[in-house]
Amino acid sequence: MTPGAAKQADFPGAGALRETGRLCALGLDVLVSIFRRPFQTREFIQQCWFIASVTILPTALVAIPFGAVIALQLGTLIVQLGAQSFTGAASVLAIIQQAAPLVTALLVAGAGGSAICADIGSRTIREEIDAMAVLGVSPVQRLIVPRVLAAMLVAVLLNGLVSVVGVMGGYFFTVVLQGGTPGAYLSSFSALAQLPDLWVSELKALVFGFIAGVVAAYRGLHPKGGPKGVGDAVNQAVVITFLLLFFVNFVLTAVYLQAVPAKGS
Amino acid sequence: MGAEVVIEGLTKSFGNQAIWRDVTLSLPPGEVSVMLGPSGTGKSVFLKSMIGLLKPDRGSCVVNGVDIVTCSEAKLYETRKLFGVLFQDGALFGSMDLYDNVAFPLREHTKKSETEIKRIVLEKLELTGLQGAEHKLPGEISGGMRKRAGLARALVLDPEIILCDEPDSGLDPVRTAYLSQLLIDLNAQIDATILIVTHNINLARTVPDNLGMLFRKELVMFGPREVLLTSDEPVVEQFLNGRRIGPIGMSEEKDAAQMAAEQAHVDAGHHDGSGAEDLRGVVPQIEPTPGLPERQGARRRKDRVMQILHTLPEAAREGIIDSLTDAERARYNVRSHRRPPAASFRGSLHETQEIARLPRQDWRGASGR
Repeated sequence: MTPGAAKQADFPGAGALRETGRLCALGLDVLVSIFRRPFQTREFIQQCWFIASVTILPTALVAIPFGAVIALQLGTLIVQLGAQSFTGAASVLAIIQQAAPLVTALLVAGAGGSAICADIGSRTIREEIDAMAVLGVSPVQRLIVPRVLAAMLVAVLLNGLVSVVGVMGGYFFTVVLQGGTPGAYLSSFSALAQLPDLWVSELKALVFGFIAGVVAAYRGLHPKGGPKGVGDAVNQAVVITFLLLFFVNFVLTAVYLQAVPAKGS
Repeated sequence: MGAEVVIEGLTKSFGNQAIWRDVTLSLPPGEVSVMLGPSGTGKSVFLKSMIGLLKPDRGSCVVNGVDIVTCSEAKLYETRKLFGVLFQDGALFGSMDLYDNVAFPLREHTKKSETEIKRIVLEKLELTGLQGAEHKLPGEISGGMRKRAGLARALVLDPEIILCDEPDSGLDPVRTAYLSQLLIDLNAQIDATILIVTHNINLARTVPDNLGMLFRKELVMFGPREVLLTSDEPVVEQFLNGRRIGPIGMSEEKDAAQMAAEQAHVDAGHHDGSGAEDLRGVVPQIEPTPGLPERQGARRRKDRVMQILHTLPEAAREGIIDSLTDAERARYNVRSHRRPPAASFRGSLHETQEIARLPRQDWRGASGR
């Protein structure tokens, strides 16, 4: 056993801890590199365009049934409770606070993140990343930062899209299919929802976009064993991102509900 | 003048598997060195450790006063600008055409105007015989062309140190000869320190000033080319002649039983895979193309080698003296004593502490570890 190998801790779960540590290290590297000049504007715009083009349509298509499901579910529930006039308020709250950032993040991770991971992964196994580092250009700054920023920006913008489309879908299903009153639906919008809900929604989207970008880039930079490893890495990137997203969403929601008192309470 | 690279006690392992241990050598500034070694002895890993892509377990690699192994990231990226690295299959950026690939380092690191970049890029592409192919994508050209484009990109910043990972693999013998000539010409023009990792014997015999060999997780030797070319080490002899008889097996290690069996086959008249003649011995080195300046590195090396001449093994000494012109022999005050051919000479490498010593005397007995 060489001293180099002996240094690495070797207990159950050490591998997972090591990977987590490296992932966090890459996240920190990205944060630091964001502020390092020169900023790769061209790459950033290209990546924004790319991620947006692969996510806009699926996001909109997912948002409509999502809004509808919430409207239907809440609609029946609220009628039973006798609070029809709050249908609009409840569905807006649910869509903006929970549904929109999650739908956005799932699509940014599933469509954008997998593409980023596959791209970076194939560059890694072709030694392009090494070649770039050897040419004195930091791959994190040159390739990863624009992608992560693009994922964040697109997530924030898509979040707005999902909110609007989702609320419109909810309106359609409540008013047209369940015979709700349009006026009650609209006027109850602001009964429960408040402005900080929108802010936290956008904040969540921003954080989720960051996580999706960093995880995708991390898995892409460390594929195991050649071309097959890239396929596995993409798969893992999506799964890891999903797990992280739901966990982080739970934490952010818990903190938000504690920090910002609900309207009217 | 190119930068000097001083490597001390470099050790690398992946998990429990040691790749090589205690590699100590220095690449003299402005000279051309070749690192030989059977496939799978970690030659590419060695190159990657030298430029900080892989982190060695121990040891140091000092370039221009910066230790690549321990320095900060920012310093590492700064130092890497001194390097031009040719990867095994070129490692071109797949999304850019050849022109943009070669222009990439210039655009990233210099403030040159596009017309100036165009002039430099086209010059380097012509140097590597790629004129007319500048708007092809790496996926559309042959492996040999990718390799040459990779070299063009490595040269574009006029590096002080050029590292080539198997420049000859995938190239035909003629293109390899052109490439060898190109490397020597470059050395004459920009006086860069060059390290070539290869297992091409012809290149190893004709190109370098210094020659080293990695085998069984150790640096077998590193020193003036004459030392290795005339060496009687069984590994070196087997490798240079490309025969099956010797310590190198199909997988790296070979045990005594297999060696005996193979020897019995050969004794029974079975061909051992080598050519008719012994390829060891000092052959003339490639000179820069006529019209180019003299290689400063070669001149400095001559002085350096003559200073340590008395420490070298006898066969190497004879080879060096034979390669000198009469005027040089008079200048260095040495005479040739023609000895029997190298085959009858037993190496005495442990006396050559300075430049061609065995890093560990017991490396041959190391197979058990």
